[in-house]
Amino acid sequence: MRIVSNIALILLLAVGLVIGFLLPWWALLALLGALGILLGVSRQGRRTLVILRLGLTTLSQRIGASLVILIGIAGVVGVLVALLAMSEGLTRVLRSTGSPDTAIVLRAGATSELASGLTRSDITLIRQKPGIARNAKGQPLASPERVVIVNLPKKSSGTTANVQLRGVGRAAWTVRPEIHMVKGRKFRPGFRELDVGIGAEQQFAGLSLGDSVQLGSQPWKVVGIFEAGDAHDSELWADADTVASAFSRGSYQSVTVRLRSPGALPVFKAALQSDPRLKVQVQTTQKYYAAQSGRLTKTIRIVGFTVALIMAIGAVFGALNTMYAAVSDRLREIATLRALGFGGLPVAAAVLLEAMLLAALGGMLGGGIAWLLFNGYTVSTLGSNFSQLVFQFRVTPRLLFNGLKWALAIGLVGGLFPALRAARVPVTVALRER
Amino acid sequence: MKYLHLVWAGLWRRKARTLFTLLSILTAFLLFGMLNAVRVAFDAGDQLAGAGRLIVSSKLSIIQPLPLSLLTRIETLPGVKKVAYANWFGGYYQDRKNFFPNFAVSPNYLDIYSDLFKLSAAQRKSFDATRDGAVVGAEIAKRFGWKIGQRIPLIGGIFPRRDGSKEWDFQLVGIFTAADPKLKGVEQDLLFHWKYFNEGNAYMHGMIGWYVVKVLDPQHSDRIAAAIDRLSVNSDHETKTETEQAFQRAFIAQMGDIGLIVGGIMAAVFFTLLLLTGNTMAQSVRERIPEYAVMKTLGFSNIHILALILAESIGLVLMGGVAGMGVASVLIPTVNSALGGTLSLPPVDLGSWAVGLVLMLAVGLVIGILPALHSMRLNIVDALAGW
Repeated sequence: MRIVSNIALILLLAVGLVIGFLLPWWALLALLGALGILLGVSRQGRRTLVILRLGLTTLSQRIGASLVILIGIAGVVGVLVALLAMSEGLTRVLRSTGSPDTAIVLRAGATSELASGLTRSDITLIRQKPGIARNAKGQPLASPERVVIVNLPKKSSGTTANVQLRGVGRAAWTVRPEIHMVKGRKFRPGFRELDVGIGAEQQFAGLSLGDSVQLGSQPWKVVGIFEAGDAHDSELWADADTVASAFSRGSYQSVTVRLRSPGALPVFKAALQSDPRLKVQVQTTQKYYAAQSGRLTKTIRIVGFTVALIMAIGAVFGALNTMYAAVSDRLREIATLRALGFGGLPVAAAVLLEAMLLAALGGMLGGGIAWLLFNGYTVSTLGSNFSQLVFQFRVTPRLLFNGLKWALAIGLVGGLFPALRAARVPVTVALRER
Repeated sequence: MKYLHLVWAGLWRRKARTLFTLLSILTAFLLFGMLNAVRVAFDAGDQLAGAGRLIVSSKLSIIQPLPLSLLTRIETLPGVKKVAYANWFGGYYQDRKNFFPNFAVSPNYLDIYSDLFKLSAAQRKSFDATRDGAVVGAEIAKRFGWKIGQRIPLIGGIFPRRDGSKEWDFQLVGIFTAADPKLKGVEQDLLFHWKYFNEGNAYMHGMIGWYVVKVLDPQHSDRIAAAIDRLSVNSDHETKTETEQAFQRAFIAQMGDIGLIVGGIMAAVFFTLLLLTGNTMAQSVRERIPEYAVMKTLGFSNIHILALILAESIGLVLMGGVAGMGVASVLIPTVNSALGGTLSLPPVDLGSWAVGLVLMLAVGLVIGILPALHSMRLNIVDALAGW
């Protein structure tokens, strides 16, 4: 009978955990509120609180064991939040790059700009197509661009890394109005001058305003620092034709155009596809950059969850041990309470609440440490186009809340079975325990 | 040895507690096994260090091609044994998501990397004889269900064919494995003849991605590297030559500091483990203080008591740890397939086991030593009185 009810309980617990993980924050908060009211109003609830208070006042005698639960869970939550913050930061950079009203044209079949190539005559044809916005002078807002990978030393390690040098057309700044200069000025066409994204300036050596940097075989001068708030922050920008001559490149990699309106893409696309001289593909820049992010963030996410899940399982066993020990230490005290007339339910509920309180504290500690250490921590990794992508860890409230959920789940599983033992053990047996 | 049953009985004094402790040790070493595999996978480049190979790539940019005409000039330099070359192809199979490394390589590429690829002599011969032949790694063959003799169409994401189509057709003539299990990552590769690539592609002719130079004496690597770079100085295709080890290191460093991330997680895991099991061990010993007092009364020496408790704590960690690393070696193939080729974790090798065992002994010692010392110094009368 005991076995059957235990199995049923484990199943119920599993279902409860799944539901708990799916609940949004307000539903969980409401649930907690309801629980609080229940505790305050009902007789059983008030009894639970009495026992809980008793437990908490004697906590100092079991401080070692309680700290173990707290720190164990803090470790799990800290690692989980840190790993997910990395994936969150990466996703955010790539998701915020691009917009629905700019489009990027690549050679048909190319998976990224690096794999693409467009000739000068392709560019001329593309610029004439309908659907592209025009400036006051009637010129199309289209920026033909060359992407070259250059080697620069990373500030943190001194090892060389691939950095994207983007040679852009004159319209590049109007095509992407979200980009603004933080320091200095824009490069002059025809000069070997660079504008550096703010992320690249932070991560790589020798890219401060006024620096001269060797790219290819010639020196370039950094004349400005720009901020885009997205993946372009990891790039160096220069004049497309100057890049072409410095790197002996004839072809372009892509054309980025501003559409007349977000709805103009089908017109533009149809015009490109119906031209037999062109073998190109077009998509909004938003879609292009979103596709570039998938693989990396997915890997980080899988790794993060796997590591945290294994750690959480380990922590559950630790919590079980600690709470069983806490219950057996207090067995006579619990038996006395039950002899006095406290029911099994308040006893069990109090033990469970104690475990979950400790777990919640641990979760907040772990999340807090992850936030202190990692929020805004800037790193770079190999992203799309085979070059460095600079991004920041982002410890968002949502991640902290998720971490807290994990902590509560560990507390629930680790506290439930010891709590049941406290409620089930026969009073006469328990009183005789040493 | 004769006290083994005593240690065993002590361990299982409280079955549930020991079981839970074992399981938390197991999870810690399971993580250790897997994360160490990640570390080994990323450090694998260093394993190639002794091979005495140099990588010659464009100084301008890693994506800039080099002319094939450099080949004979490098070959004639003193100290150079063999020169191979390769070009990144960047093709994919059926869908863009099915991305894997594929290269167009020189005829002697497999010879220069004989310590990397293990291919049977017959398949090697048939590769040499087939113009559009390709050899692939065992992992990638398994992933797509490829069999020897079948034709594999790849979409050339970067290089369209001369006739404008994007589909390149290869005949699968061989399946290789990694010569060293640590370098299992190469089993994701596809290699085919550069000649076939050069004839077929629309844009680039007589150009290659990088040279691999095998030197006669690795001690002269620096001198030879400088000599190679001098060949192209002031030309429009200046080169940068470095040892394969330096090249690999720089590449891995680009991914980010994997060692730091893995180390951080492991530190958090083992700190937590020490706390959890240390606390349990202390508690378990505390409960048994009267028993130890009785044993002392019976004539067990202080050293005996110390050894018994340490044996118990080390035994506990060893049991959990070995089981955990065992589970890790079973799980790694599953994880590899879940990651879909993004990362190939090598199996748990002897080196990892050695590090793991040392860690287990250390953890066992650390969590056992304080309770053991405490029990050793017990005063029999006090201990019995406290009962």
